[in-house]
Formats: sequence, C-alpha cells, structure tokens
Amino acid sequence: MTAVATHSGAGAAADPAAAAPMPRGRRSTELLMLVFAVGVVLAAYASAGLGLNGKLPAGLVEYGAAFAVLVFVAHIAVRRLAPWADPLMLPLAALLNGLGIVMIYRLQEAGRGGNPGNVITTMNTSTTLYQVVYSAAGIAAFIAVLVVIKEPRILQRYTYTLGALGLVLLAIPAVLPDSLSVVNGAKVWIRIGGFSIQPGEFAKLALAIFFAGYLVAKRDVLALAGRRVLGIDLPRARDLGPVLIAWGASLLILIFETDIGTSALFFGLFVAMIYIATQRTSWLLIGVGLFAAGTYAASKLSSHVGARFTAWLHPLTHANVFCTAAQVHCVSSYQLAQGLYGMGFGGILGTGLGHGQPYVTPLAQSDFIITAFGEELGLTGLMAILLIFGLLVQRGLRAAIGVRDPFSKLLAGGLAFVLALQVFVIVGGVTGLIPLTGVTTPFMSQGGSSLLASWAMIGLLMRISDTARRPAPQSIQDEGMTQIVRAR
Amino acid sequence: MNALTLILIRLAFLAVLWLFVIAAVGVVRTDLSGSSASGRRQGRKRQPSRSRPAQPAKPAKPSRAGRAGRGAPQQLLVTGGDLAGTRMGLADQQITIGRANDATLVLTDDYASSRHARLFPQDGQWIVEDLGSTNGTYLDRQKVTQPTPVPVGVPIRIGKTVLELRR
Repeated sequence: MTAVATHSGAGAAADPAAAAPMPRGRRSTELLMLVFAVGVVLAAYASAGLGLNGKLPAGLVEYGAAFAVLVFVAHIAVRRLAPWADPLMLPLAALLNGLGIVMIYRLQEAGRGGNPGNVITTMNTSTTLYQVVYSAAGIAAFIAVLVVIKEPRILQRYTYTLGALGLVLLAIPAVLPDSLSVVNGAKVWIRIGGFSIQPGEFAKLALAIFFAGYLVAKRDVLALAGRRVLGIDLPRARDLGPVLIAWGASLLILIFETDIGTSALFFGLFVAMIYIATQRTSWLLIGVGLFAAGTYAASKLSSHVGARFTAWLHPLTHANVFCTAAQVHCVSSYQLAQGLYGMGFGGILGTGLGHGQPYVTPLAQSDFIITAFGEELGLTGLMAILLIFGLLVQRGLRAAIGVRDPFSKLLAGGLAFVLALQVFVIVGGVTGLIPLTGVTTPFMSQGGSSLLASWAMIGLLMRISDTARRPAPQSIQDEGMTQIVRAR
Repeated sequence: MNALTLILIRLAFLAVLWLFVIAAVGVVRTDLSGSSASGRRQGRKRQPSRSRPAQPAKPAKPSRAGRAGRGAPQQLLVTGGDLAGTRMGLADQQITIGRANDATLVLTDDYASSRHARLFPQDGQWIVEDLGSTNGTYLDRQKVTQPTPVPVGVPIRIGKTVLELRR
C-alpha cells in the first residue's frame, strides 16, 4: 500500500491552513484516485475489446481521451469551486460511470461486426456514443450544481417550491396519455419528439430537499410529542399527517404508474429522513409496516404488481412464458431467470469481459446491467462494484455527520440513503432477494435522466462535504484570543 | 490470443478493480486518522515559526509543550449533544467553547453560555477553564472552578454537550 502512503503525504503538503480543525482539502489525493479510475476504465475497455474479437477496440484512444477529459474537467471544477470537498466521491462516481459505458459498449457490439452473440434490438451502433454524451451532460450538471449552490442552506428557502415541483414531476407521467409516457411497459416517462426523460429521477432530488426543509422545521414536534406504548414512542395522531400523505402519494404512484421501484424509493426516502431527524424507531416501524401493508394490498389488487410477486417467488417456473400486452393475468420471469442463469454462469471469477452472453437477458444495458457485470466479472467483480457503491454512500453519510447545519445534515443523509436504497432495490431485484422493480442502477444504466440526476446528486453531496470540511476562518480564532485577553 | 492470455487478462482486470477498492478504503482510512497523523507532522514542522506576532510576550513557551510527544492528545471529539461526532484537530492555540459566533467551537446548546469555557495548552497538558458560565463546566463529575488539566478520554460536560480529548 505504498500508494496510500503517498496520498497522505501529498494531502498534507497541499494544506494551506495547518491549524485547521478539520482534515485538509486533499485535492491531490482526488487527482491520483481519478487517474487510477480512468486507468481501470481504460483497462476494462481494452479487455472488453480483446474478449470480443481479440483486437483492441477501435475507439480506445477517442473514447479514452473523451472520458479522461470529462473527468479532469470535473476535477478542475472541484478545485475551483469546492476545494475542501471529499476526495473520494468524484473518483468513485467516475469509475462507476466509466464501467457502465464499457458494459454498454460491450453489449452494443454483441453480434455486430463479426462478434459472437445476438444483436440487441433495443440498442443501435451509436448507443455508447450517446451514453458518453449523457455522461458529459451529467458532469455539466455536476459543475452547474457547484456553481449555482454556493451554500447548501440556500436550498432551504425553496423548500415548498421544490416539494411542489417534485410532486408535479412524479405525477406528470401518470396524467399523460400512454402514447406520451410509456416506454417498455413502464409509465414513468415524458416523451417529447424523439426525446424522452424520466422525471422521477429528478423528483427524487427535489423531494429530498423538500423533506429536509420540512423536517428541520417540524422535527421537534415529531420527536417530542406523543406517548410511550410497549416501549415504543408513538407520535400523536395529528403528527401522523405528513407520513400518511407521503404514503398515500407513493401508493398513488404504485397504482397509476405501476412502478413499485419509484414508490419504494420515494417512501423509503421519507421514512429514512424522518428517522434521521427525530431519532425515533417508532417512525421506522410505522413506515415499514405501512409500506408492507400497502404493497401486499397492491399485489392482491393490481395484476401487474401481483405478477411481479409471483415472478419473484417462482422465477424458474415462469421462465419460459412470454406475455403479450393483451394478456392480463400472465406472469413471465424470462428476464429474471436469464439474469440469474447469467450470474450463475459467471461464477466466482466471471467469464471475462466480452466472453459471456449477457445479451441474452432483455434490457441487459439498463435494468439488468448488474447481472451483465455478474456474468462477465463474476462474484469477485460484482462485490467490488457493490463496495464502490457502498463507499460512495459512506462518504455521503460522512458529509452528513461532519456538517453542522441541520438542514444540510438531513439532506446529505437523505441523499446518501436514497442512493443506497436505489442500489439495494435494483440489485436485490435482479438477484431475486426482493420483487423485481424497474429502477435504474445509478451511474451505470443506459439513459440520460438517471446519469444527470446521479451526477447532480454527487454535486450536492460534494457541496455539503465542502461546507463540512472547510476550516473555520483564521480571523475568528484570533478574535477569540483577543477577547479572552480583554476579559482578564 | 490463446486461452492462457485471456485468463490472465481476466484475472488482472479483477485484481486492478480490487486494487482500486483497496486504495479507496485506504483514502477513507487516512481521512479518519488523517488529522491526527498530519497534526503531529505539522506540529513539528511549525515549531520554528511559532514565536510570530501572535504571542510575542511568551516566546515558544506553550509550543514547547511537546506536541510531538506520543502521549499528547491530538483531537477534540464531541461525544454527546447536537454536535456529536464533530472533531477538531488540536493545534497550539486555545479553543474557546460557547454559543457565541466567534467561539472556536460554536455550540447550539440551550444550556451553554455564549462564552462558556476554554481549553488551552500549557506545559504539554490541555487545561480547561470555565469562563463564568451560567450552568458550569464539569470535568467527569467534578465542577470546574479553577483551570484544571484534562486527561485524555475524560468527558468534559458543557450543558448537554460532552467533549473528550483523543490521541
């Protein structure tokens, strides 16, 4: 681990204020880790090309250079705009994004240009290029967040505006006619011309800010009023209002958009933030109980949700059923079963990039990108990817602990939690741990909305972490000393 | 491209991926203990420039405090109250604690006074002194009535906030 030893050395040298109460800026560490991340991505890209047809991929230099430029532009922006921010968030996010691009390239190339495998009909030859463009847009969004939001607290002013915006964004697909809002059976899109966006991804951010602002104002009453029954602090009936509204809204999404994933994310975010704000387990129990009851009822009432449950419980019995849109009570777990077979085929060490058959699983480039990684990198590689997600969440929670202002604290905690929950929902779904729901894998899945929203979220977290780690201005300490002298 | 090369490429890539994870964990680790490790290094490095205008009256006396010594506390950690989890690296300067905006550690604690207490280094020890607070400062369970040395790991209570010195 000589690399780490040099990191800390470089960090100390770059530190301008030695008496700073908090750790140093550590931008050099970030740069080093970014170079490492770009190296890993390039190695993955080369390895995928070699695996597919024994040659280095054609665009190695172009794509590699484009990705490196994007990442270093982001790094320079951080040096300028958030010099004290966490050194790990950017490299971790960049690595996940890069690995996603590589896997999308590998799936796009399957069956094309003499490579083994079947052509994936939902992808065309420019899908990878689009993903790189979306990544550029994502990094632009990341920089824009750092430029516009100089202090996380200013977001508190727009609590209710952003709350309303979030609900509207969530509701739009439900209201639009199917021709404008349904892609691949999920009614979560807005389609304008040839362009489609998933407003739920952005609603997540807006609602996290709304919950943080709302809970900072109301947390005392939520935490203190109420009585104790059987060792659990129960809140007053009138304070249950907001949690019931959030629950109702998430059920409405579940029913009108038939999207358990978004509904789980939305409600989970609210319950987790209420718990962080009040530190009372009763809210957690109430939330989980309500959600379990809601989904159970939905699984009985809605044939779509019911089919998801059946597919989850018996993934292999329905593996060869193919449903048409006209069939109502039809359960198909073809996709889920193929994903499971793929991961089984990969085993511990994987088949190697370019050697597996991840193209067999439908939507391997978006919802099932995790099983594609499981197949080609094996359990070993998948564990590494999950650990990288875990580290990203840990850095978010660290920022939440470090920052003093309660609004920023709640916001960082909520954002880190929703990232963790989203990864859990999709990875749990494709591995058969929980019913499968179509949420995107942050940073990895093909698609612009998800990438843009994920990068904007990293921007927010880095802004909060910059606030948390920024050393107190020197003059304040000097002033403090002067005053002590005067008091004597 | 023979099979052996392919296997080697596959394993090499997994190794590189895990190296990245390990390096990232290493960064997290230096971030956790980083302030103390670098504080020690900086303490030594800053020694010569210590008697700058800041304290012209007592040249280098408080800094002689042996900050390089292994037993000296390196951090002030808040273990209880609203700010729980906050840590501060200890330099050679005093730390004022209170609700006032100009305190080094600004408390959001209703039971703390504006200028509640201060911690300052003297002869290699950190001393806590109550600055005439309303509700008092407690070292362990003892009320602080005069400047008292603070051993490492002993809680200082200010209102609802609990502070500790850590190595």
